[in-house]
Amino acid sequence: MSEPAPPPREAEPAAKRLDVLAAVKEAAIAALVAFGLFVLLIGIRTEQGPTGALVFTTRFGLLAEIVAAVFVGRLLRALTSREATVSIGNLVPASLKAAASGLAVYAAAAFVAFALLVPIIFYTNRYVLDLAILIVTYTMLGFGLNIVVGLAGLLDLGYVAFYAVGAYSYALIAQSFGLSFWICLPLAGILAAFAGLLLGFPVLRLRGDYLAIVTLGFGEIIRLILLNWQDFTGGPNGISGIPRPSFFGLPFTAADNGFAATFGLPYSPTHRVVFLYYLILALALLTNWVTLRLRRLPIGRAWEALREDEIASRALGINTTTTKLTAFSMGAMFGGFAGAFFATRQGFISPESFTFGESALVLAIVVLGGMGSQLGVAVAATAMLGGFELLRGFDQYRMLVFGAAMVAIVIYRPRGLVSTRTPSVFLHQRKTVPAAIVQDARAGTETPA
Amino acid sequence: MKMAEILTVEHLTMRFGGLIAVSDLSFVAREREITALIGPNGAGKTTLFNCITGFYKPTVGRLRLAHPDGASFLLERMPGFRIAREARVARTFQNVRLFTGMTLLENLLVAQHNTLMLASGFTMLGLIGSRAYTRAEAAAIDKARYWLDRVGIAARADDAAGALPYGAQRRLEIARAMCTDPALLCLDEPAAGLNNRESAELNELLHAIRDEHGTSILLIEHDMGVVMEISDHIVVLDYGVKIADGAPDEVRNDAKVIAAYLGVADEEVESAGLEVGL
Repeated sequence: MSEPAPPPREAEPAAKRLDVLAAVKEAAIAALVAFGLFVLLIGIRTEQGPTGALVFTTRFGLLAEIVAAVFVGRLLRALTSREATVSIGNLVPASLKAAASGLAVYAAAAFVAFALLVPIIFYTNRYVLDLAILIVTYTMLGFGLNIVVGLAGLLDLGYVAFYAVGAYSYALIAQSFGLSFWICLPLAGILAAFAGLLLGFPVLRLRGDYLAIVTLGFGEIIRLILLNWQDFTGGPNGISGIPRPSFFGLPFTAADNGFAATFGLPYSPTHRVVFLYYLILALALLTNWVTLRLRRLPIGRAWEALREDEIASRALGINTTTTKLTAFSMGAMFGGFAGAFFATRQGFISPESFTFGESALVLAIVVLGGMGSQLGVAVAATAMLGGFELLRGFDQYRMLVFGAAMVAIVIYRPRGLVSTRTPSVFLHQRKTVPAAIVQDARAGTETPA
Repeated sequence: MKMAEILTVEHLTMRFGGLIAVSDLSFVAREREITALIGPNGAGKTTLFNCITGFYKPTVGRLRLAHPDGASFLLERMPGFRIAREARVARTFQNVRLFTGMTLLENLLVAQHNTLMLASGFTMLGLIGSRAYTRAEAAAIDKARYWLDRVGIAARADDAAGALPYGAQRRLEIARAMCTDPALLCLDEPAAGLNNRESAELNELLHAIRDEHGTSILLIEHDMGVVMEISDHIVVLDYGVKIADGAPDEVRNDAKVIAAYLGVADEEVESAGLEVGL
């Protein structure tokens, strides 16, 4: 018996040709879509002429360039992705990956060390100090929201509400009763936690997208209350003249009883900024410490169990109601602390500062950082806010570059920068859990089977 | 001598709109016995489980659970998490429900939530790292280690539950339920998708749970080999109605049961029964 004849040799190049043809077709379709999209946006313009009438101008050259760019880009992508299924992740050897996960601990330590040194390195650079304060504030907000979204898996789009409650609580208490920052801070946190409980009760039965919509509404309700309750909150005028923080009783002024005079230093307004920076850094580190600690306690494991499978949690005797409420109020409390800090730093607050955009930014930081990862959140906050500042030079293209960066991240790191989950406890060896099997804040089914 | 009753189901009816899933069902499950609940698909077995574990509130009827120490609970009046916590009824699910992103050990620690929560002083003592909590956690880990060992997956304690093969996931779910120290363990099709060897191991495990730990078991199963071999008592449901109730031998020869399972006319029941070796 003879061997079956090998398949004809021509088959392979033919397949290749087919691949190229398919790629060209794909690119042509993409170019067509780009043409349809941009023909009116870029190709045709109406401008005000010298007589005031509208003048019709065309920019078909630019349009052709963009469509060609889309065609070539798509063609290259289609061809390369067909050649080999190489993703960025696969290019990194496994040994390097293992080393990188070991490095994460050092990376976190280096990050904290750098954060501690920022005011010393950039003492003369007020711009950098202000930016650093902003970044650390958002990192802290990210840590707080991470408890709700990352650990408990409850998608919260109205987190800014708690930030607002904290800020207004601080401003009103400090102004009306003249209490010091250190007394007002916990009060603001408690009031924000209480707001978290209030929000928690009606939304206990909701999950995923539905929960997101309701929390979004809650965020807007709080803002509208602040805007309209003129007698209490000052309405759109906000609250000004909020007491500034003092160094444990020593005000940052040029007066004789001020901080500078007491320590025999020449007066400088930077003292206050540096103090504010260390204050928010301490608050953020406290939030981080508490979160890491809670993750290893039964309450933290119950939060994660809730995220993984609510029905199974209930069948194991976990009271899902109180567990959800503690997650909401714990996250809200840290939001409230950050809000109090914001109020004392600005000296002036108004509903303008607490729009949905803030909630979206904090949520973007959490999602970008990798839900449930503290280091990821800190890196993401730095990248987002620092990136915004770096892109200032791009002027009108700033949002475009930002958008492109987001698209790249969604494609290459859909689960955020640090997407693996570190177990809270281990018997023999700590192994990280790949993102693919960790549940995230999405809708789940309700009836057990 | 008959054992004391652990679960008494009286006139249980569960209606979903016009559909009657379980109709006027009464039966008794006894202490330290394995009671099997069998019946064709859609007979209302899982609905009954959901009533017992508080996911559904029965339309009519009473579910009384009696602990060996004399405490007694009316399950239809309790919310689901209290049924698990106080009446100590644990369950597994037909489609395995594990905390897939958490490790095996973490899954078993979540099961001991209520004990650990108390030991951590509702988080406060745990947050400051009290000795009592550290000891309680070590004890919980020991217990988890025992059950991982018992179901033969101790070597993978630090792997994510979602990474386990199917048979091991089923065993982990049983181990997780056992970590809650249940008085009654409800298993929804524990042998589904297991091969012969795994299914034999499961039989052994269930016997051990009954004999060594004194846990009563209520199980839903389609695999007649498993059911006939391990159950002390079988309840057969068809269209939400109980059609037979008794020891395996009695049920095996019941004409109604054979008819329900094979869907044939009464006169053909005998020959069909012989063919499948009943």
